[in-house]
Amino acid sequence: MSWIEADSGAALTLSVNGMRHDLKLDARVTLLDALREHLQLTGTKKGCDHGQCGACTVLVNGRRINSCLSLAVMHQADEITTIEGLGTAENLHPLQAAFVAKDGFQCGYCTSGQICSAIGMLGEWREGWPSHLGDRADAAPAIDAAEIRERMSGNLCRCAAYPRIVEAIEHYATHEGADA
Amino acid sequence: MTDVSVKMDAPFEQSLLDRSPVPTIGKEIARIDGPRKVSGAARYAAEHFPDGVVHGVLLRAPVGCGRITAVDATAALAMPGVLAVIRDERMIRNAGDFGGDAAPVQGVDEVAYFGQPIGLVVADSLERARAASLCVRVSFESAPGVFDMMAARDSALPPTDDIFGLFLIHTEQGDVERAAGEAKFLVDTIWETPSQNHAAMEPHASVAIWQEGRLTLHGSYQSPVVTRDQLATVMGLPPSQVRVLSPFVGGGFGGKLGVMPEAVAAAIAAQQLGRPVKVVMSRQQVFETTGRRPMTHQRVRLGANRDGRLTLVQHETITDQLEGEVFFEPAGLATHLLYAGENRMVDHKVVRTNKQLAVSMRAPGEAVGLLTLECAMDELAERLGLDPIELRLLNEPETHPEMDVPFSSRALVDCFRQGAARFGWETRNTRPGQMRDGDWLIGQGVAAAARGNLFGPSRVRATIQGDGRVLVETEMTDIGTGTYTILAQIAADLLGMPLEQVEVRLGDTNDPRSAGSGGSWGATTSGSALYAACAELRARLAAAAGVPVEAVTLANGVLTAPGISRPISELVGNGLSVEGATEPGESNQRFNQTSYGAHFCEVRVHAVTGEVRVLRWTSVFAAGRILNLQTAISQAIGGVVFGIGGALTEELVHDPRTGKIVNRDLGEYHVPAHADIPAIDIQFLEERDPVANPLHAKGVGELGVCGAGAAVANAVYNATGVRVRQFPITLDKLLPGLPPVAG
Repeated sequence: MSWIEADSGAALTLSVNGMRHDLKLDARVTLLDALREHLQLTGTKKGCDHGQCGACTVLVNGRRINSCLSLAVMHQADEITTIEGLGTAENLHPLQAAFVAKDGFQCGYCTSGQICSAIGMLGEWREGWPSHLGDRADAAPAIDAAEIRERMSGNLCRCAAYPRIVEAIEHYATHEGADA
Repeated sequence: MTDVSVKMDAPFEQSLLDRSPVPTIGKEIARIDGPRKVSGAARYAAEHFPDGVVHGVLLRAPVGCGRITAVDATAALAMPGVLAVIRDERMIRNAGDFGGDAAPVQGVDEVAYFGQPIGLVVADSLERARAASLCVRVSFESAPGVFDMMAARDSALPPTDDIFGLFLIHTEQGDVERAAGEAKFLVDTIWETPSQNHAAMEPHASVAIWQEGRLTLHGSYQSPVVTRDQLATVMGLPPSQVRVLSPFVGGGFGGKLGVMPEAVAAAIAAQQLGRPVKVVMSRQQVFETTGRRPMTHQRVRLGANRDGRLTLVQHETITDQLEGEVFFEPAGLATHLLYAGENRMVDHKVVRTNKQLAVSMRAPGEAVGLLTLECAMDELAERLGLDPIELRLLNEPETHPEMDVPFSSRALVDCFRQGAARFGWETRNTRPGQMRDGDWLIGQGVAAAARGNLFGPSRVRATIQGDGRVLVETEMTDIGTGTYTILAQIAADLLGMPLEQVEVRLGDTNDPRSAGSGGSWGATTSGSALYAACAELRARLAAAAGVPVEAVTLANGVLTAPGISRPISELVGNGLSVEGATEPGESNQRFNQTSYGAHFCEVRVHAVTGEVRVLRWTSVFAAGRILNLQTAISQAIGGVVFGIGGALTEELVHDPRTGKIVNRDLGEYHVPAHADIPAIDIQFLEERDPVANPLHAKGVGELGVCGAGAAVANAVYNATGVRVRQFPITLDKLLPGLPPVAG
C-alpha cells in the first residue's frame, strides 16, 4: 500500500540559519514540521497548514515561501533562514526592533511570518518585481505603504496590527542599512 | 493567601498612579515581551517537547445529527507507529465556555453537530497519526437535525439562563405598541448577522504530561484556571492535581475561554499511554469543533417625535445555540443604555440548532447589537432630515434610561464632537449616492461605540526581592492585550522601580487566581489586585524605614522622606512579598460603568462591480485612564478591524442540509488582510473613572469592535444609497441597487 512506502524514512541534510542538520524524516514531513517538530525551531508558526495565513513564512535562498506547502525532502540543497536566524531577543535584527518600536504585533503568533515575509518582499521590490498595483516605476526610490499592504497581504494578522506592521516595514525600508 | 484586598463599594478617589514621580502609566511603552515575540523565542502551547511525546489527531463526526454506531480501527491500528485509537466517554462533545468548573457536555456517541470530536488517534509522529485518522471507519445513524436557524425561527424560546444576571433576557417599560402607533417617525427594520469564527492565528493546542498522578497541560487558554477547573472535573481529579500553563497565547477573542476538546483528549491519551501527548487542532478543526459567534435575526424599531427625540427603543433578537447550553448572544446589551426614550423593550430568544457551540466572541452582544442599532439610528436620522450625530446628541440620556442609576463616566458626546473635527465630518457627502470619483462612489458613516465595564475577583502576588528586583506573579494571561507590560508599569510606578527591574510571570495556575482574559476586564482586575499589593508593600517599606507612608516618595529604587533617603533593596531583607486581591462591590450595581467611543469611516464603492474599500478611519474613545497608550491603540485598531471584517467579509456558512461548515478555513472565511485596511486614526480622551477601580481605568479590548461595522455600513449606504440589512455587505447585495452603468 502506498502509505507504507511513503512512511519509510528518508535521510536528508537541511541547512538552517547556517547550520547543517542531518535528519531521517518521513517523506511526508513538511518543511514547517521539520523545523518545528524535529529541529525545535518553533519561531516559525503553524496557523493553517494550507498556505492561507502566512504564519509559516521562511526564507529559502533568500526567497519567502510558505513552509507548510513544501516538503522537507525538497530542500536538501537550499539555505533556509528562519526568524531565529535573523536576530535574537538580546540582539534584534533592525526589522525585529522596528516591530517592537511600532507595536507591529499583539499576540505575536503571526509575527515571525510577517517579519520573514517582509524581508523577502523587500528583496522582491529591490529586484523590480511588479505587484497587483501595477508595474512599479523603476525609479521608485522607496517602497510606500500601499505597495507594502499589497505585497504583504499573504500574511494574516487576526489581532489586526496591520497599520503598525506597515509602519514598521516602512520605517525599516527607509532606514535600512543605517540601523543595521 | 491574600494579604490585602480592594473592594469597590464606593469611588476610589485618590489613585497612587497620579502621584508617581516618574510615571510610565499612560505613556507609549513598548511591550516588555516584545523582543521574545519578534525573535521567535516566546513558546506557545504546541512548542513543548517533553521526553517521549507522541501526537494525537482528533477523530470527528461525519454527520450533523445522530449517533455513532461503530468505529472500526483495525486498519488504522495496523499502520506503522500507531499507538492507540481512543474513544472515551470522558471526552467532551461541546467546547467549554467561561462560566464555572462544570464539565462541558461529554460523550463520543451522540452527535449534536457536524465535526464534533468522537475520538483520538495517537501515533509516534504527526504524519502517522494523521494518516491513520483517515483510515478509521466510522458508521453512524443520522437523525433529522435543525441546521437552518432562519427557517426554524418560529421555534425560538426565551433563553434558560441570564448568565449571572449580566445578560438581561427581557426588559420592558412604557407601552411600546402605543408608542409605535403614535410616533411621528418610525423605523421598523429586520437585520441578519451571520455566525463568525474567532480565527485566532494560533490554533488550539495542548501538550499533556502525567507525573505521579498529577496532570500538567501546556495549553492555549485565555483563562488557564477556568480550563484547569473544567479539566479537573472531566478527569475526576481535584483541581490541585492539575496545572495549566499558558504564558503565551496566540490570540483568543473569546475562542479559548473554557476547556476545549483537544485538551481533554490529550489528557486522556497521556493517562492511558503513560507518556506525554500533544494534540494540535488543524485549522479546519478550529472552525468546526471549538466555538463560534452565533448568527442573529434582529428587529430594531425606533420611534421619534418631529424634534428628533426618541419615544420608542425596541430591539428583539433571535439567535441560535445547541440544545441544553446556556450562553446566548445578548445583542440588546448596549440598547438598554445608549439612548434616552421612555417606551422601551429589549428581548432575546434562542433557536436550538445542530451547530457547534455558540460562545462569546469579542464583545458578545454589542458587536452585533450595535451593528444593527446604529444602522437603524442612521435610517431614522435620514427620515428626520437630521445629521446622524445631531440625532444621537439629542437623545443623550442623563442617567441610565432603564435603571435608576447614574453613569460612572460617560463621554460619548465628546467622542462624537472630537471625532467629527478630526475626521472632517463637516465636509461629508450629505446626499446618498451623490459623491463620485470616476468609477468610485464615495461615502462617509458614523456610529457610536459602547461596551460595559465590570469589576471582578482577581489576585496577584508582588515581591520585592532581596536584590531590589520586583517580581509580579498571577495566573492572568496576555493574549496580545499587553498584560505583561501594563502590570510591569503599575509595579514600576507604585514601587518606584525602573521598568527593567520588574519581571512579570503569567499564565500558570500555580500562581494566584485571576479573572482571566475576557470581557475587557483583565487589565482592570489584575491591575487593581496588583495596585492593592503594591500599596501594602509601600506601607511595609515605610514601616521598615520608620516613616509614615504618606510622607514617602519611591523613585528610581530609592525611598525618600523628609530627612531620609534609602535604597529600597536595603529595606526588604531577604524579600517582601504581598498578595493583593480585588472583590466586586456595590459599585457594580450602584453605577452603570461603560466605555464609549465614536467611529468615523469613509469608503469607496465601485459603481460597476460593487467592490467596497475602506479609505479612511477615525475613532475617538473614552475608557477611563489609559494604562499604556501604545498597547491600547493597538487593541483599538484590532477591534475596529474586527468590525470591518464583520461588516464586509466574515460569514461562517453552515450547509443547511447537514450543518457542515462550508468555508472552514482561512482561504474561504475572509478575515481582513493587509490590503483591506488603511491607516487607522485612534484617539483616547483624557478620562478618569474613580467608580471603576483604583486605576480609574475602564476596559479597552472589545470597545473598538462595538459599532465599527455600523460605521462601515452607514458609509456604504451614504456612498450608494443602498441599505443592506443582511451582513456581511458583499458586492452581490449591492449590485442590484447601484446606478446603471453609463453607456
